[in-house]
Amino acid sequence: MRMVKRRYVLKFPPKSGDKPLSYVLVKDYDIRINILKAEVVPGKRGNLLLELQGRQTNITQGINYLKSQQIECTPLDKTITLEQDKCIHCGNCTAVCFAGALTMHPETWELQFDKSKCIVCELCLKACPLNLFEIDFHDDAE
Amino acid sequence: MKTYHEINEKIRKGQAVVVTAEEVAAMAREASPEEIAEKVDVVTTATFGAMCSSGAFINFGHADPQIRMEKIRLNGVPAYEGLAAVDTYIGATAVHPDNPIYGGAHVIEELISGKDVVLEAWGKGTDCYPRKHIKTVINKNSVNEMFMFNPRNAYQNYNVAVNTTSSTKYTYMGTLLPNLRNATYSTSGELSPLLNDPEFRTIGIGTRIFIGGTTGYVVWPGTQFNTSKPKNELGVPVSNAATIAVIGNMKNMSSEFIKAAYYERYGVSMFIGIGIPIPILDADMARRVSINNSQIETSVLDYGTVGTPKLGQVTYEQLRSGTIKVNGKKVRTAPVASLSKARHIAALLKNQIQKGEFMLQQPVELFPENTSLNSLQEIDPESKGGAL
Ligand code: SF4
Ligand code: SF4
Repeated sequence: MRMVKRRYVLKFPPKSGDKPLSYVLVKDYDIRINILKAEVVPGKRGNLLLELQGRQTNITQGINYLKSQQIECTPLDKTITLEQDKCIHCGNCTAVCFAGALTMHPETWELQFDKSKCIVCELCLKACPLNLFEIDFHDDAE
Repeated sequence: MKTYHEINEKIRKGQAVVVTAEEVAAMAREASPEEIAEKVDVVTTATFGAMCSSGAFINFGHADPQIRMEKIRLNGVPAYEGLAAVDTYIGATAVHPDNPIYGGAHVIEELISGKDVVLEAWGKGTDCYPRKHIKTVINKNSVNEMFMFNPRNAYQNYNVAVNTTSSTKYTYMGTLLPNLRNATYSTSGELSPLLNDPEFRTIGIGTRIFIGGTTGYVVWPGTQFNTSKPKNELGVPVSNAATIAVIGNMKNMSSEFIKAAYYERYGVSMFIGIGIPIPILDADMARRVSINNSQIETSVLDYGTVGTPKLGQVTYEQLRSGTIKVNGKKVRTAPVASLSKARHIAALLKNQIQKGEFMLQQPVELFPENTSLNSLQEIDPESKGGAL
């Protein structure tokens, strides 16, 4: 069975920060976890953007496990694509990308797109005057 | 002291020493203006940014039977009909009435890249031009002339845009996030043409330039040409000041250097690549082109508030560092014009001059001094006593 990558936004209820969730996901469900973004304030609600890699059935079960722990899980099944060869490196998109996925190289002043940092806020779509960004709804073969 | 003639002789022989404005700024950290004037013949400058006040004259040629075009659409975008029968001017910011993200700039880019464009025109029919309607296809080879004529390009310096309000503002300076969460700037700083000759000793009417991938000319001071804006101690204006009107043959342009743009909730504009060579006639010119980003300042304006109040002044060095301070707050900066493209143009122009392919043209007339701007007064026409 093939491996897939899935992104989820996890919302933790207050005081759930110290459960060894990632350990369970790795050990019991054989899922590789990549934390893309974390906003956790101790004792309050926290948000995590995770990329999970594993078999689809394991990911589904792992997510069900998380839900049973009162963690809200929302799939992020969109990615942003950029027609890089048409980019003129104007920088407009970097003005709105707070996740730090779109930045200007400090020497060459060319656009750099680090997809792993993208939180799919979609602000770049309207910010690019050449309309080079698109939302890509996920495909399993990734 | 060097003359244009002497510099052009060196260019012709392939002996001219040419550097870009960024390279000369770096040289100036060690060399004096006198030494630079001794060594360097020409400095190339460039910019690649959105310039709304741009457009193109086109002559379509006559059809049989002839038509006096009194309403003209190019790919559905309105073009100006108030010229002779088959002449038009299409402005970069004109938009398709049903598809406002497509406009004159897109038509211009398509014509430059050799694509077919649909021309539809209507006339009332006259004795000498009997035809009333035509719908056909044109392209760069079918038209007689197509030349870009831009009344205002290459602003000498430009403001930094921020937004202090609580809502996002969509502007030609890009998307300005609320509560000072970003700042955008557009000039290529020390590489920018008009910042390297701030008093217009060498850029004037007749100056030969690089425009859109071909050779063109400065034809006039640009609209809103203003020499009375506040300057810093180096004589460089600290906000948008002078501009140039330019011309170039669109048949020889390349869409690598002309790009149509659409700004959310603002409209259509056009990115234009312009490069200007500056002859180093003497130590004074050498001193001018030696200016670097830490010496060029610009004003931070609040685009969210009517009247765009000034909130501060920063250098291009600070802007390029990634953050500036506005109202005591650290604000992230982003460019909205392409420095990498501008560098590419400056390098191309340098190469052309080194190879003897681009000669310098001395201005046939210099720009006016001491100009300022009028604003538009609201006058009740009735109060003029029927004189209108
Ligand atoms: S979607 Fe948001 S986070 Fe992703 S690249 Fe665009 S602006 Fe950055
Ligand atoms: S806004 Fe568009 S053209 Fe400009 S740098 Fe970003 S992707 Fe490239």
